[in-house]
Amino acid sequence: MAGESNGAGVFGSSIRRREDPELITGQAKYTDDLQLSGMVYCTVLRSDYAHAKINGIDASEAEALDGVIAVYTAKDIEASGVPGGIPVGWLLPDMKIPEHYMLAKDTTRYVGDGVAIVVAEDQYTAHDALDLIYVDYDPRDGVADPKKATEDGAPLVHDEAPNNIAFDWEIGDKGQTDAAFANAAHVASLDIVNNRLIPNAMEPRAALADYNSITGELTLYMTTQNPHIHRLLISLASLGLPEHKIRVIAPEVGGGFGSKIHHYADEAIAAWASMQVGRPVKWTATRTETYLTDAHGRDHVTHGELAMDADGRFIGLRVDTYAAMGAYLSTFAPAVPTYLYGTLMSGEYDLPAIHCHVYGVFTHTVPVDAYRGAGRPEATFIVERLVDEAARVSGIDPAEIRRRNFVSPDAFPYQTQVALEYDSGNYEGALDKALEAIGYDDFRKEQAAAREEGKYLGIGLSTYIEACGLAPSAVVGSLGAQAGQWESAVVRVHATGKVTVYSGCSGHGQGHETTFAQIVASALGVPYDDIDVIEGDSGVMPHGWGTYGSRSAATGGSAIASAAEKVVDKARTIAAHLLEAAEEDLEFEDGNFFVKGSPDQAQSLPDVALQAYLAHNLPKGIEPALEATSFYDPANFVFPFGTHIAVVEVCASTGQVDLKRYLAVDDVGNVINPMIVDGQVHGGIAQGVGQSLYETAVYDDGANLLSGTMLDYAVPKAHFLPSFETDRTVTPCPHNPLGVKGVGEAGTIASPAAVVNAVVDALSPFGVNHIDMPVTSEKVWNAMN
Amino acid sequence: MGISIELEVNGASVSKEVEPRLLLAHLLREELGLTGTKIGCDTSQCGSCTILLDGQAVKSCTVLAVQADGSEVTTIEGLANGEYHPMQQAFWDNHGLQCGFCTPGMIISCVDLLNSNPQPSEDEIRHGLEGNLCRCTGYHNIVRAVQAAAETMNG
Repeated sequence: MAGESNGAGVFGSSIRRREDPELITGQAKYTDDLQLSGMVYCTVLRSDYAHAKINGIDASEAEALDGVIAVYTAKDIEASGVPGGIPVGWLLPDMKIPEHYMLAKDTTRYVGDGVAIVVAEDQYTAHDALDLIYVDYDPRDGVADPKKATEDGAPLVHDEAPNNIAFDWEIGDKGQTDAAFANAAHVASLDIVNNRLIPNAMEPRAALADYNSITGELTLYMTTQNPHIHRLLISLASLGLPEHKIRVIAPEVGGGFGSKIHHYADEAIAAWASMQVGRPVKWTATRTETYLTDAHGRDHVTHGELAMDADGRFIGLRVDTYAAMGAYLSTFAPAVPTYLYGTLMSGEYDLPAIHCHVYGVFTHTVPVDAYRGAGRPEATFIVERLVDEAARVSGIDPAEIRRRNFVSPDAFPYQTQVALEYDSGNYEGALDKALEAIGYDDFRKEQAAAREEGKYLGIGLSTYIEACGLAPSAVVGSLGAQAGQWESAVVRVHATGKVTVYSGCSGHGQGHETTFAQIVASALGVPYDDIDVIEGDSGVMPHGWGTYGSRSAATGGSAIASAAEKVVDKARTIAAHLLEAAEEDLEFEDGNFFVKGSPDQAQSLPDVALQAYLAHNLPKGIEPALEATSFYDPANFVFPFGTHIAVVEVCASTGQVDLKRYLAVDDVGNVINPMIVDGQVHGGIAQGVGQSLYETAVYDDGANLLSGTMLDYAVPKAHFLPSFETDRTVTPCPHNPLGVKGVGEAGTIASPAAVVNAVVDALSPFGVNHIDMPVTSEKVWNAMN
Repeated sequence: MGISIELEVNGASVSKEVEPRLLLAHLLREELGLTGTKIGCDTSQCGSCTILLDGQAVKSCTVLAVQADGSEVTTIEGLANGEYHPMQQAFWDNHGLQCGFCTPGMIISCVDLLNSNPQPSEDEIRHGLEGNLCRCTGYHNIVRAVQAAAETMNG
């Protein structure tokens, strides 16, 4: 049961993950696995109504139950004097920002809205007591559909937001775009619904809060992708505790996919309850609660059009979207259908005119926020569906029409019409590789032959781009972010030459302990096994912004590379002093400093480290010890791209879609660990295939969540999916020290369009030009018949 | 109130007085400190809580502790015997896990799968795992891990 041998694990190698031994033996501790002395349990009573006035709450029976310590409502939180707020962290011009309190005060606005809290000695009692709280509700009408919610007379979620419009946002040049359409030879046009999704990280959210009333310190273990953001928001908006008195710790975290970025009420409630009862308080969501409280994803109603000239060249794109915000504005929700969506409308294409208009809409539903891909899957879906529709209406092959419109490899940096400047790319390279691997030309023959036999095969391309590696802080700040997006790292070389790395990222399955050590092993020439990586504790590492938006390698990894470079620079100065040589005469190779041509007289990094700590003989002006901190603010987003291809067979008699092959050629720049990158692609594809074929959150007309359990919501099972074929092209990012991009979201961004394009291709003999996701047998059969 | 039960957990004898409604998953996690067994849902869908009960894979969130009276329980903590079980080793070697939350239940189910079908096809592996959900891996490398473990165990 030993670790990897020395020498393995450098940048670019598929080393096995060092995280795994604890995980495969059940020794790793997630939040709900922790127990503290005197710990009690907290549960939250949630509204059964999408929209209701609260006339009164009678908790007397619950309070009398043996084992119940207290029952609290919003009034108790208000009386305690804490701010009690759950804030939004991204502001758009003229956006309506309704109050969002830790518990509903007098109105519930979605099924799941918190109404009361129980604190009890054990978790069974804490759940029993919920049934003994009687809430006098006055139910009102609710609305769940984001387009219908804007119609006159629709029930209002917040009185201060007429027609339920939270914001009215646009990007691009409307006049120029309309003019392009006026001159178009062909126009492709689609109305689509981008279906609402429920994230379903396998670990439900949880918090264990321990408030020390003597010191005023709060320690909060929680399921988080970004401990420092949670510390900040809990301090500023929810509890009013000084930031330095709050320590947020992410123990092992069981997946997130965005759902553990956001600041929800529940973790703040556990902390507030600990302040009230003077004991550690644990809250753990049931799966049903995660369905009712974890921020959902997508939920767009969109009309899109693509204009072409007579040669099939794209001359204009216009998109109108109604994007659900849900009942309140979640942490980064306003950014998702705007700056992470409208800015991606150019796709991989040289598009001279683009206009995108978005209404952010309140609905009586669970708040919507970033879910794996966050805006970019929605953008890719409408663009890539329109491109296939453009191929259909113009009679040009889908691969050819893409090739004809790609931004050419020599056009970089390429300024789009929607703010982004693409730094690098070779879109045709990825397309060619994918077409060859799938056997595109042969497939068309096979497809034609199969149709003769009544079998309906289809092939779907998705040539995607995404912007990730969030992000240049000044840029996101100018767009409304109430957060920076740089990243921090500390590289600490100990006296014995062993290394501890601290990152402000916070992994939850990505394998950072492995890949970040690989970066440092290569940078310092230190054996991989001599490097430890620590993340996820606001009390230990400098401020960081966490892990989401495929940012950890590009920003966190770059911060680590920068810090390692500073360490080498300092070590070089000390080594030169020890070798009595000029710094510029020194070589640094495999962890050794030596004068050019004299490798036998070397000072190794551990030698230098020891001298740095002893500090008996340091050059003038050099401080003792050997460590460096870096705060890395990226110069630009990073732009992964690629071609994904799905091959399906549609059963003519049942409408069932069989995903026969799925091939991904991704370009994520330089690759730190190919095995881990492939794993990220696999998981991303599975979630995108899930959206396209299986998953959807269903609300009824009264805004009740019908798909409220894993029985009703189809998280893909193993036999729903094929094995995946993956390959890569490598176009290094030109503006970060590692040449890396991001890979966490690529699969989820690319795959829905590939799958739906394949289904529509299969159904082309039936005159079908679109089917909304999820593409169920029922929808397909109806389309065929 | 309590009911006395005796069972063997990972080879050790356990005697407890438990509430009749106590779930086996909670007995393992809360009272015996065996938190490797995870609870990921409340409708017996996800399989994170899968353990071996008298050698058979069961979802311990759907078994009352009292029903395990007189039984032998193996959890993920009891699977390794000085060295990793071939299935654990195969999950590590093949990157069959990412966040690790589904992994204990998944590994137990995979062990059970090979116990009943030592040389499964890919299709049989995928259908054999329908009681266990993974949100990270897309199952691709889990399938590879089961194939690798089958090879080791049959070799």
